[in-house]
Amino acid sequence: MLEKALYGSKLYYAWLGFLIMVIIAGLLAYLHQFDQGLGVTGMSRDVSWGLYIAQFTFMVGVAASAVMVAIPYYLHDYKEFSRIVILGEFLAVAAVVVCILFIFVDLGQPARIFNMILHPSPNSIMFWDMVALSGYLLINLVIGWTVLGDERKGSVPAAWLRVLAIISIPWAISIHTVTAFIYAGLAGRAYWLSAIMAARFLASAFAAGPALLIILCLFLRKHTSFKTSVPAIQSLAQIVCYAMIANLFFFLLEIFTAFYSNIPGHMATFRVLFTGMDGFNNLVPFMWGFVILAVIGITMLLIPPLRRNEKYLTLALAAVFVAAWLDKGVALVLGGFAPNAFGRVTGYIPSLTEITVILGVYAVGALLLTILYKVVIDVRVQSTAYEH
Amino acid sequence: MNRRDFLKMMAALGLSGVAIYEGVNSYGVQAAETGKNTSARHWGMVIDVSKFQTAADYQRVAAACHAYHNVPEIDDSKQEVKWIWEDDFEHTFAELGSRYLSEEIKVQDFPVLCNHCENPPCVRVCPTKATFKRADGIVAMDYHRCIGCRFCMAACPFGARSFNFVDPRLYLKEVNPDVPTRTKGVVEKCSFCMERLDKGLQPLCVEASRGGIVFGDLEDPDSAVRKILGENFAIRRKVELGTGPSIYYVFGGGSAGA
Repeated sequence: MLEKALYGSKLYYAWLGFLIMVIIAGLLAYLHQFDQGLGVTGMSRDVSWGLYIAQFTFMVGVAASAVMVAIPYYLHDYKEFSRIVILGEFLAVAAVVVCILFIFVDLGQPARIFNMILHPSPNSIMFWDMVALSGYLLINLVIGWTVLGDERKGSVPAAWLRVLAIISIPWAISIHTVTAFIYAGLAGRAYWLSAIMAARFLASAFAAGPALLIILCLFLRKHTSFKTSVPAIQSLAQIVCYAMIANLFFFLLEIFTAFYSNIPGHMATFRVLFTGMDGFNNLVPFMWGFVILAVIGITMLLIPPLRRNEKYLTLALAAVFVAAWLDKGVALVLGGFAPNAFGRVTGYIPSLTEITVILGVYAVGALLLTILYKVVIDVRVQSTAYEH
Repeated sequence: MNRRDFLKMMAALGLSGVAIYEGVNSYGVQAAETGKNTSARHWGMVIDVSKFQTAADYQRVAAACHAYHNVPEIDDSKQEVKWIWEDDFEHTFAELGSRYLSEEIKVQDFPVLCNHCENPPCVRVCPTKATFKRADGIVAMDYHRCIGCRFCMAACPFGARSFNFVDPRLYLKEVNPDVPTRTKGVVEKCSFCMERLDKGLQPLCVEASRGGIVFGDLEDPDSAVRKILGENFAIRRKVELGTGPSIYYVFGGGSAGA
């Protein structure tokens, strides 16, 4: 089936060429980092995790969000999602690959990565994240690829596929819960030390992931033969809307607990993020951007005429996606380090090398997604041709 | 149970006993202070801040430690590596939020280092067991196993860990062959001078502090550290987090030695 990715329009080749160029740029930047050490990034003794780990955290959410298509389809037999469920699964595959790459580029000694398997440490949440993510990657790849193969041959999907699909549902929840536990169990980081972290992660994920999926579906509908039905888009848009409301609600709960209890350590990071502290206010525009875009996105999705108009819908979804990224792909991880163990705030500005590596990793994900979606579309064209 | 089975069982018990003893014993170090060889030892420190009055008092201690342990001198606060350094009361004990501090305390600097916690969060989060706790309470590191994920730095509530953002060997004026140098991309921190303890010596900072730092077994009621703690008001950093720091601070150790 993979050979279908080799043939396409000129625009398709141009897009692949562009992605490969970004990947090469990212690779060169990474080689520089590999040679010189992580000193070429903006990270420091105080801000010891930067945008790499923040992107990892955000993309685990995008990966987990495939479940928002899988639950209605596999558990509630919601037929409208039958065509797009595979898009969700392949989005998850690309997202997990991106996650693993972000962890990899963040390591100081990447050549020793297999020490995690050589010396398995179940007491470390990182160990469970490795188990959850690699399992999730495998499950989605197997389901997606087999379903597609069946479609091509016109055969009925095997019974074990359904079992695997149902296993994938709690597994998706687990990957993001475990990722939240990386943060939520650390005694010294008040901003992360919150029981609602996993729930907030999931809510944010179930908003951002399906938002991206709808935008991709709308793009495919416009430019390819892959037509997603209006009810499918609208159902997903409602999921995005309610998930984002839950996300914002959980965030407000955090603010209530921090400020009503008036515990200085719990308020400190919110102050750094929303007003700045000790002359450090880089994150302030990001945080307000999150709030404003979240409110705009939710409002637009709540008003039916706007939601049904696919132009406005796209804008609303973009607002939700960017808002979720500003919160989880930037502020959450960096906020945990401000203030540091001594109550001081250290600045962090990503370096050009770091940003190039990030773009390169995202380009790998985009390339993988393009190839997988291309195969899906061509298989669908072929199988519909047989039917008629 | 017949005789044969009984003998087999006893032999198995004996073997496992020996194995456990060997396991524990290999972690233990020869006692510098008590000479006792028990696994119930818990190394700790009492720092008498009144003995650290001038900048020279710290510099002597930090310089001795850093030179001995091949800690690079990187002149950049974002990428520096440090095992022992100083900070003021307000920041070292930030959670105490003390107001109206006496002038004396306000200008007093506090030596800070790895707390060698009883329940070390860094050990809990390490995905490769590169950071581990020895039977004698020392939180130690295997620099050859560390993958540089820096989870331990996120987990440490004391900011005690440094990451080698650059090749540290480029910043060493002299190399002490007794202690391994590190490579770029690994985390490091105070080792409580375990190499010296193994030789029956005290940690270097203790020697260089001229009585400002006392080291010993916190489990032993007759140890020097316990004597000082028994006679003085002592505080530890962030005890509310439950990590159990093994570094105590006193303000004027009195006659007991500190």
